[in-house]
Amino acid sequence: MISLAGGSRPGDGYHPQVTTADPLVLARDLSKRFGSFTAVDGISFSVAPGEAFGFLGPNGAGKSSTMRMIGCVSPPTGGELRVLGMDPARDGARIRALLGVVPQQDSLDMELTVRENLILYGRYFDLSYRESRARADELLDFVQLADRAGDEVEPLSGGMKRRLTIARGLVNRPRLLLLDEPTTGLDPQARHLLWDRLYRLKQDGVSLVLTTHYMDEAEQLCDRLVVMDKARIVAEGSPRALIAEHATREVLEVRFAPDARPAEDDPRLAGVAERIEVLPDRTLLYTQDGEAAAVTLHDRGLRPVATLVRRSSLEDVFLRLTGRTLVD
Amino acid sequence: MRTGGSIRILEHHLLRYRRTWRGSAITTFVSPLFFLGSIGIGLGSFVDAGGSALAGVGYLAFLAPGLLASSAMQTAAFESTYPVMGGLRWDRTYQAAVATPLLPRHIAIGNLAFVAVRLVIAASVFSAIAVALGATDPLRGALMVPAAVLTGLAFAAPIQAFSATQRGDAGFTILFRFVITPLALFSGTFFPIAELPAILQLVAWLTPLAHGVALTRAIALGTPDPAMALHLAVLLAYLVVGAVAAAALFRRRLIA
Ligand SMILES: Nc1ncnc2c1ncn2[C@@H]1O[C@H](COP(=O)(O)OP(=O)(O)O)[C@@H](O)[C@H]1O
Ligand SMILES: [Mg+2]
Repeated sequence: MISLAGGSRPGDGYHPQVTTADPLVLARDLSKRFGSFTAVDGISFSVAPGEAFGFLGPNGAGKSSTMRMIGCVSPPTGGELRVLGMDPARDGARIRALLGVVPQQDSLDMELTVRENLILYGRYFDLSYRESRARADELLDFVQLADRAGDEVEPLSGGMKRRLTIARGLVNRPRLLLLDEPTTGLDPQARHLLWDRLYRLKQDGVSLVLTTHYMDEAEQLCDRLVVMDKARIVAEGSPRALIAEHATREVLEVRFAPDARPAEDDPRLAGVAERIEVLPDRTLLYTQDGEAAAVTLHDRGLRPVATLVRRSSLEDVFLRLTGRTLVD
Repeated sequence: MRTGGSIRILEHHLLRYRRTWRGSAITTFVSPLFFLGSIGIGLGSFVDAGGSALAGVGYLAFLAPGLLASSAMQTAAFESTYPVMGGLRWDRTYQAAVATPLLPRHIAIGNLAFVAVRLVIAASVFSAIAVALGATDPLRGALMVPAAVLTGLAFAAPIQAFSATQRGDAGFTILFRFVITPLALFSGTFFPIAELPAILQLVAWLTPLAHGVALTRAIALGTPDPAMALHLAVLLAYLVVGAVAAAALFRRRLIA
């Protein structure tokens, strides 16, 4: 068992300025403008120690802009931000010394080996070579890349590069790890392997702040999340609470032949469900009992070509709040 | 971390260089030999037989310091273009660096430190070959090295700044074709600047290479040049202003 982060590590010289009661990240009315364009528009949130906190939203919602502000590489243009109890504008370098960062785009050095990438990053945090090498080997075990230690980075798979980037983000043993779309573009197997490592980190006491546009990722990993759309936060809560608040227990998804698709105000749909969304490819009926709704449709003479009853998800919450799907 | 940051970047370069030096070794060792041999000795025998008045020395002795300064410029220009684009855009390693306590200016200064290391190696090899061929004596040969390194740095700093303004590498082709190559040809490397039309002389003296060549040559030939302090000042000015601009432009690209 290795202790990766969190808790007290005697002798590592790490004395965070916050007590456990203080939020790791605190944002009030936080904004980011690029010229006249507003990427983040007055958002407020806080991240508690030990928490896995998520930003769920589609492309362009402002997630990365927010993460970069938290990571102290992008000065806020409005509002207030505290990270680890400090002010990014004044203490940027000190905060960054205590954070782990996994950026949306990999930024590994392709001319170095897997292990060298980690050792050098340790040096960036002023670790001795000896310490840097020790941590590199420990972390390569943790992300299951020990057998690729001496290989170049370029030929690694996307999932391996992502794991290496996570290992790199842990080299300074941060209490808080920022992950910007950690699994976007990975195949399901690679995603599960990565999620498993992130669970482990959480158990070891590392707080996670992550962004994603996958509702399953948000549901799997986040204790609490905010739903972002068009630079603003549109909802906040645990995945379960959000679903309970904004969606029904079940969803009946039906597909019709293109010429037989009823419109939203079709009388045959009236009263079948609490709410109905007609999407380009399918119709969603929000109801406590999907099976019963399916029977009702059939009784009213509607003949979908495909029928699926499922539990509501964060995708439905997003659809409800914004009228759009998360991944388009 | 205030002073250590640039050293971390230098370490990063050295680690990379340990893996890639072989690629540049051939150029470092063989090209001075080729140039000094073919142009310095081969062409030089014609020049000398023609009874030229190149500061009263043989063509090889005249050419060696000029070629040294000029190749320092080319090495520095190369190291300050594609690798910078790589760090900013291709591999994004600069983004990785500024997510740590390091600052954009550490990257700019660390890069210059590495260019200096590269130049010391290349210039020392060149100088040793020049001495072996009889172009100058060992002491002057050694003293040429810092002059050549400074000449290279006077290019590396502003070119890094230029690279930070580029979105792709198309601008580099233009830089090499329309700035670096003409400078190598018309800055007194192969023939005295005084042979140029007056207007081109003026242009040449506004760029660092003419001053670098003049400085290196004055050292190599031991001919006291009254403008030595001016050469030094121009090169230092390019280096300092370029470094400040590079740090600011890196910051603009990385911290937004
Ligand atoms: N440096 C920048 N300059 C101008 N616009 C930007 C910049 N960074 C992001 N944006 C814009 O801000 C918006 C939000 O981007 P981003 O934060 O990357 O969203 P997300 O990560 O949720 O996809 C996008 O429209 C994007 O084009
Ligand atoms: Mg993003």
